[in-house]
Amino acid sequence: MNHLLEAWELLIQADTWTGPTGMGARAWEHLLYTVLAVGVSALIALPAGLAVGHFGRGRNLAVLSTGAVRALPTLGVLTLVGLVVGVGLMAPMVALIILAVPSILAGTYSGAESVDPRVVDAARAQGMSRWQILFAVQIPLGLPLIIGGIRLAVLQVVGTAMLAAYVGAGGLGAPLFLGLRTYDYPLLLAASLVVIALAVLLDIAFGTVQRTARRLMRGPA
Amino acid sequence: MGIEFRHVEKTYPDGAQAVRDISFTVPSHTTTVLLGSSGCGKTTLLRMVNRMVDPTGGQLLIDGEDIAGAEPVRLRRSIGYVMQHSGLLPHRRVIDNVATGLRLNGAARGPARSQAEELLELVGLDPALGRRYPDQLSGGQQQRVGVARGLAGDPNILLMDEPFGAVDPLVRLELQQQMKRLQTELRKTVLLVTHDIEEALSLGDQIILLRPGGEIAQAGTAQELLSAPADDFVARFLGVAQGRRRLRTSAGQDGEWVVTDAEGRPLGVVEAPPGPVHPRADPSGSVPPEDGR
Amino acid sequence: MDWILANTGRIAELTLDHAALSLPAVLAAFLLSVPLAVLANRLRPLREPIVSGTGLLYAVPSLPLFIVLPIILGTGIRDPLNAVAALTLFGMALMVRSAAEALDAVSAEVRLAAAAQGYSSWGRFWTVDLPLAGPAMLAGLRVVSVSTISLATVSAVLGVPSLGSLFTDGFQRGIMESVLAGVVMTVVMALILDLLLVLSGRLLMPWARRRA
Repeated sequence: MNHLLEAWELLIQADTWTGPTGMGARAWEHLLYTVLAVGVSALIALPAGLAVGHFGRGRNLAVLSTGAVRALPTLGVLTLVGLVVGVGLMAPMVALIILAVPSILAGTYSGAESVDPRVVDAARAQGMSRWQILFAVQIPLGLPLIIGGIRLAVLQVVGTAMLAAYVGAGGLGAPLFLGLRTYDYPLLLAASLVVIALAVLLDIAFGTVQRTARRLMRGPA
Repeated sequence: MGIEFRHVEKTYPDGAQAVRDISFTVPSHTTTVLLGSSGCGKTTLLRMVNRMVDPTGGQLLIDGEDIAGAEPVRLRRSIGYVMQHSGLLPHRRVIDNVATGLRLNGAARGPARSQAEELLELVGLDPALGRRYPDQLSGGQQQRVGVARGLAGDPNILLMDEPFGAVDPLVRLELQQQMKRLQTELRKTVLLVTHDIEEALSLGDQIILLRPGGEIAQAGTAQELLSAPADDFVARFLGVAQGRRRLRTSAGQDGEWVVTDAEGRPLGVVEAPPGPVHPRADPSGSVPPEDGR
Repeated sequence: MDWILANTGRIAELTLDHAALSLPAVLAAFLLSVPLAVLANRLRPLREPIVSGTGLLYAVPSLPLFIVLPIILGTGIRDPLNAVAALTLFGMALMVRSAAEALDAVSAEVRLAAAAQGYSSWGRFWTVDLPLAGPAMLAGLRVVSVSTISLATVSAVLGVPSLGSLFTDGFQRGIMESVLAGVVMTVVMALILDLLLVLSGRLLMPWARRRA
């Protein structure tokens, strides 16, 4: 428990947070990595997931690839790409995107599919075009699940982005690995606690967004 | 004129034949009912009219024009559609649900909403309900909204797929009556699908009775079907064979006419005696069902 | 290829280490989660705290958990027991929710029918609820087993030997074959366990063949 106290003392010192390699700058980097990786993953997975959910084709492929990618160890992908492209941000980004795509993909196609088929049928009968059905019916009504997929991806990426520092990038993994190499347990713990706090905060934020979406899309009960 | 089915067929890719060689016409400004039990292809036929389903054979004409050449989305926007489960968009207010069709046809938000309010009133709903979400309405109210939505944009044709099938009997009766009142006023060309014989007899100017396998068993008015069933299937389906719809009158205790079914169970009394009927002299004296209720 | 042939002994050893980390974790996660899920299912007021509480664990990133846990458990960071405990908690984060949802999904009609036939509350649980929730629970367990095997590699950066050691060694010494061998072995182990789970599911729940 002493380590925990020391970590806490470290965290409440202003020095810990300032400077180009301070915890503040690392946390900011960490957040940027997360946003970048989830953003790129969303660009890939959202259209693909909507296509699967809307046309109802390619579903088996999506399910299968989601499961297969889950078996792929992120650390393995990270070091593999790291060996090929060298140290830097490229390898962690590839690894994090591979990690995030399946979650967003699964959330998106289940969101689009979750819409009551009778509602979709009625929209079609009224003369909505495919795009109108997608944007006015399936996306808004599937939004809670779509956001849920993104939420899961954010959680996975925030945690795993720690590994970025293993191949020479920054983020909160940097103080963590520094602490690990130098047996500086308080630093190690402090970095871990910051990541945990970041993850929990993001989770709460996304949870709130998701609940709001759910309420809006069902109408006030 | 109206809607004309010419030798229409539908065979699905797996070989299942939903309807075979169907020909009939829905005359303009009248109501035609497609009647049959589930799986007889009646909904398939209905959905061909707005090209939700395309026939694999034959032709379908609206006002003399083959709709195979019509752009499906535009065709659907010109035809009203009411379905069993209202199919309302749960995330939009009732008023916007009714206005959807108008907005799709290019109406501005303001005019579309005020038209939608008028439509709500037309189907017997308080326009104030328009501010609610569909889940906040009762089943019957949702169904009325469904009808209002179908009528939005004043389409000539109204397709109704079991429109009152999911509500309780009392509400159903109310909705059917409302529908009749509306139809005398609006005179749409209505094609309605139902498995409910009462509904068919009550709403249909013409009834097309389908048999399992997607063939027409008999087409005609309610009176024609009841008085001259084409075959055993029709007679059994309508209940004529079992005597459910073969009604008799007999003299009651106080001299009024009591209507009974074939087994002698009393169903009601005749308010205005249909002329000088002598039950003993005319033992088969059947009364048209409309009067018998 | 040469590297792999020269190092089969080490690969085999690490594979066993990996199995020793992940298999107990999967088993423990399952055995701990099901009673919790049953509790959540039977005692409504406990449902939210149990399901959300364990779900919150999932928000805690893996690597930091590997580090924070020894402080709580009193184990060392490089102690395999620490890794097993962390992986178990992760598995539970997924498994409790999935088991609780599986139990919730058992149709009320079936329960009512069983009650009407005279099953006692627990009798119904063993003969109706649990078997019917089985396929959905198995689906959850499959996710847990694949994730756990994949996640166990992370412990290597902390110095716990596992297939992940092939990644860290390979990266530091620039041996691509080592990393590749690690990836392949991890995926193969995940697939084998998944296959075993599917097969045992078929044996135990022959009625669910189509759905599982």
